[in-house]
Amino acid sequence: MEQGPAGGTSAAAAAAAAAAGTGGLLLSLSETEQQRYSELFSRCCPPPEAAAGGSSVGELFRASQLPPDTLHQITEVCGAKRMGYFGPAQFYIALKLIAAAQSGFPVRIESIKNELPLPRFMALKNDTEVRYGTPAELHGVKFQVTHATLEKNSYKRTDEGDKQEPKSPPMSPICSPPASPSTYQRIPLNYGYSKARSGLEQQHGAPYEVRHSTHQQDGPSSGNYGPKSALTCSTPNRSLSVEREQQDSSTHYSDDPWRITEEQRDYYINQFRSLQPDLNAFISGSVAKNFFTKSKLPIPELSHIWELSDVDCDGALTLPEFCAAFHLVVARKNGYPLPETLPETLLPEYLQAASLKPMRDCALFDSYPEPLPGSQQTRDFSRTEKSSAEEVPDKAALLQDGKKDDKQALKVSTALKTIPKEFQHLTVKTAAQESSALKARPRSRSYSSTSIEDAMKKGEEPPTPPPRPQKSHSRASSLDLNKIFQQNSQVVRSGWLPPPPPALPPRPSVSQTEQPSEVDLHPQMNRPPSQAEENSSAKKEVVLAQPPSKPARRKLRTEAQGLETPELSPTINVTSSLPASKAHLPVQKQSSKQKRAIQTAIRKNKEANAVLARLNSELQQQLKEVHKERIALETQLEQLRPVTVL
Amino acid sequence: SVVCCPPQNYPLYIRSVPTENELKFHYTVHTSLDVVDEKISAMGKALVDQRELYLGLLYPTEDYKVYGYVTNSKVKFVMVVDSSNTALRDNEIRSMFRKLHNSYTDIMCNPFYNPGDRIHSRAFDNMVNSMMMQVC
Repeated sequence: MEQGPAGGTSAAAAAAAAAAGTGGLLLSLSETEQQRYSELFSRCCPPPEAAAGGSSVGELFRASQLPPDTLHQITEVCGAKRMGYFGPAQFYIALKLIAAAQSGFPVRIESIKNELPLPRFMALKNDTEVRYGTPAELHGVKFQVTHATLEKNSYKRTDEGDKQEPKSPPMSPICSPPASPSTYQRIPLNYGYSKARSGLEQQHGAPYEVRHSTHQQDGPSSGNYGPKSALTCSTPNRSLSVEREQQDSSTHYSDDPWRITEEQRDYYINQFRSLQPDLNAFISGSVAKNFFTKSKLPIPELSHIWELSDVDCDGALTLPEFCAAFHLVVARKNGYPLPETLPETLLPEYLQAASLKPMRDCALFDSYPEPLPGSQQTRDFSRTEKSSAEEVPDKAALLQDGKKDDKQALKVSTALKTIPKEFQHLTVKTAAQESSALKARPRSRSYSSTSIEDAMKKGEEPPTPPPRPQKSHSRASSLDLNKIFQQNSQVVRSGWLPPPPPALPPRPSVSQTEQPSEVDLHPQMNRPPSQAEENSSAKKEVVLAQPPSKPARRKLRTEAQGLETPELSPTINVTSSLPASKAHLPVQKQSSKQKRAIQTAIRKNKEANAVLARLNSELQQQLKEVHKERIALETQLEQLRPVTVL
Repeated sequence: SVVCCPPQNYPLYIRSVPTENELKFHYTVHTSLDVVDEKISAMGKALVDQRELYLGLLYPTEDYKVYGYVTNSKVKFVMVVDSSNTALRDNEIRSMFRKLHNSYTDIMCNPFYNPGDRIHSRAFDNMVNSMMMQVC
């Protein structure tokens, strides 16, 4: 056959190279061996290339039915790891080592000096059939998957053997690749996935159920490959890592299960879009709950995943949070134990990118999200059209870099989109933080778009401080009764009257029956008309200080319908004392720190209010008593006076 | 030792660091719930951040202090500390209750959490444990 002479020459060259590669060991191959090896080598790399693709090699090795660590050893020994790819010499040495291993010899260079039978590759015919199978053949999926997946996906396959039931969407990326089995031999991991992604995007509109039906077709076929794949799941990773080293791995595809690959991220983004068309908005808690419940994970685990991924604890998921949550669900489905804390790659990565460009013009990002998905898709398709291996690594790096930038920009825009949208989401988030925090929570604050908040805070600090100091805190601190008696009691009342009336009305609604004294206070306090001026000025201060937090809280209420925060609404009732009509100040420029400060101030004021109200009631009672005494004295005087006058 | 109870007065979360006398601690907490309720009904004002201080609650021999804290939705937090630990000041207790409240609202934000369920959140556990380690 024509491969023969070529094989012969290459074998000779390989022998020489093997001699060089293995430190002076001359590898002599017999005729049959040469033929066989060249055949296998050509199968592994049909185009006339010097290097065999790691994926096909890996598959071949697996077909030899050797245990995975033996295969690792073989790859190491033959020098492929060192070189990063399987050259003809390495390949032949590897084949020899396989033969040795199959004959029961240890994997050493020495063992292949002997005459050995040809390495046996089980089910090789099946492999080839499947390999060159039709695109529609779903079996091909498995082989491409074995090459083109990380460990995680290989775990997925073992799961498939167990669960026939429709599973969450993570299964579907595996289902969609059948469109391109012919590409996987030469095209390395990323591009197989790019095809998968394009196929996925074509199917994008399909709901879960459709995907599950295709997946179920996979089910029975996967049963055959399930055990085999379980055996050898680790080896494709090794050979894959070999291959990856060869390419420019600008995307850092290590075996880190907590790193979200580009494909996965795209998938998550698509899913996000299906739930919430606006990529910059939130997915509310209930929607997300339904979505993740479909993954059939137990509720406590889902609860834990939510805890991990919802870092700002607002009961809603932004795009990065959603991706992190989804990723955790995927990992869990594949048998990974859930971490106690959110892994680095799942959180700061995104938010770092988000905080990278905080000062960019918002208008720029208005147009960003629209072309972004389009550009992603076009890039995908353009990428898949390339078939030559050489161009691909360079362009892959460029495209992936560009993609990464886009993704980062997307994330930034998700963070920044809140600004053009009248700060609704940001205020919701910050308001949620505020109202849920009740006090400062710097740790959570640092996560969510701090840079943007900083920028806004600086704009906000100057206007608001002036009202606050006039809140008469100094008076609040002086609880000394004597002091108050010494001071003009009227002054005290005038200073404190304005705040209590706004605050009190909600309170009686909460505890009406228990406060007859307070009810007495109301008419008394409303009486003095002379303090109208002070009333209005103090009220204005209250208005200024309170509305900024109020509208945000109102928004919180409207937005967070999915939120389960019953205890927060009473706080909102209590604190949003002023009527809604008064507070339509622009909500746009809110900063969380300011709100925090305001809230603490409000809280202090309330406490002071409460104390002083009590004082007030006591004083009132004393006043009544004094009045009574006075009346009694006066009557006595009246009684006595006629006597003296007369 | 920390307990979190909703208005129906069954505990959602209970955790003690000194694991001996746990039953007695539970009993203490239960009785203190009554006092908390009484306090709530008595003073209707300033529901937020309400806390009371008990000294020598049950028997003079038992010297520990029971602190209570109620949220706006009548969720009660009760904390029991040894009186021997005199380093604990009021502010620290307040801040601890505040932290508890914050963590509780974080749990509430989780859509998978149904109010009334026992609290299994690991984050909450960690926070409570760290707090109690600080004290004891």
